[in-house]
Amino acid sequence: MGVDRRQFLKIAGLSALAGLGAKSAFELLAPGKVEAALPLMEGKRWAMVIDMRHMTEDISRKCKEACHQVHNVPEFGDPKVEIKWIWEEEFGHAFPDQESEYVADEVKHKDFLLLCNHCSNPPCCRVCPTGATWQREDGIVMMDWHRCIGCRFCMAGCPYGSRSFNWFDPRKSPKDLNPDFPRNPEFPTRSKGVVEKCTFCDERLAKGQLPACVEAANKIKKESIIFGDLADPESNVREALRKHFTIRRKPELGTSPNVYYII
Amino acid sequence: MYDGGKIIVGLVIGLCLLLSPFFYNAGKAAKAPQPELTAKAKEAKKCVADTAYMRSNHMHLLDDWRQTVVRDGQRYMKTADGKVYYKSLQVTCLECHSNKSKFCDRCHDYVDMDPYCWDCHLEPKENK
Repeated sequence: MGVDRRQFLKIAGLSALAGLGAKSAFELLAPGKVEAALPLMEGKRWAMVIDMRHMTEDISRKCKEACHQVHNVPEFGDPKVEIKWIWEEEFGHAFPDQESEYVADEVKHKDFLLLCNHCSNPPCCRVCPTGATWQREDGIVMMDWHRCIGCRFCMAGCPYGSRSFNWFDPRKSPKDLNPDFPRNPEFPTRSKGVVEKCTFCDERLAKGQLPACVEAANKIKKESIIFGDLADPESNVREALRKHFTIRRKPELGTSPNVYYII
Repeated sequence: MYDGGKIIVGLVIGLCLLLSPFFYNAGKAAKAPQPELTAKAKEAKKCVADTAYMRSNHMHLLDDWRQTVVRDGQRYMKTADGKVYYKSLQVTCLECHSNKSKFCDRCHDYVDMDPYCWDCHLEPKENK
């Protein structure tokens, strides 16, 4: 019995499909690699919920201190050349789209803790010409300071002002403002001419620790900042978002920020 | 050839000037320096890879670490004998090789290498 052209093509097509299927099944079912044994904290989409009902000036200040200490962020004493990973801003500036003349007093005069939103659709990454900033698989918008050429497109692209440029060598920051700079011997400084920003403490997550600001805030008031995986429906952040009404900064821009504020 | 004698004399003088540094420095080549190990490094006996590899390829290893840590988030490395290392120049390498001036700089100076790692990565505090 001969096989005609039509049958041959059918058989060939089916075997190709089966082959592809078997290959992916094999890859899926293959035993995990050694990474499983290493202390990695894994998430699909990291997010932060800041509970503004609990936040006080003291907590905000401690968060800022903790972050800038851990990451060797220098203080220049001039807002024009300021380097900031996490900072405070009043309601009208943080949420200009929600601003009105008659915002509740309590909210109006409260300092909101702001940081990189680690957007799901980050405009900074789209404009970076060297790939020095990109979105990791776990949602963190990362910086590779080795690759940054300091063009500052990302600073123009970010609608939240989350990025700072090193106009000067951080190690030459004024000694009176930074007496013991650099304060964390385990973290690098940056060099003149690169952009920097919050990385959701990726180096701490890798060790299974929470971001420095979260740790600092929760030391003073438990659950004032909640950090977790948004992709997991059972996670602490998802629970907080289910229970409370939250707002995000400028969501209408379509960047899909991942830092939420409970008002 | 007009003024041939002058030209040839000029050429000889020029050639001598050109080669004078070679004659001047002949036989005076500086000896290749040996990197000095700290007590801690000596005690450990083994680096993250064997010495011959580290000697010739540490820059490639560090470049690979930089790539995999920053870009891929893989901060730990498992060696063939099952040891796990935190991949960091500043934390892991310099923990043993805390004598940067005698371990890193000596050879780098000798081969006129000026790696810009230290623009950002902190150098260990040494008692010089």
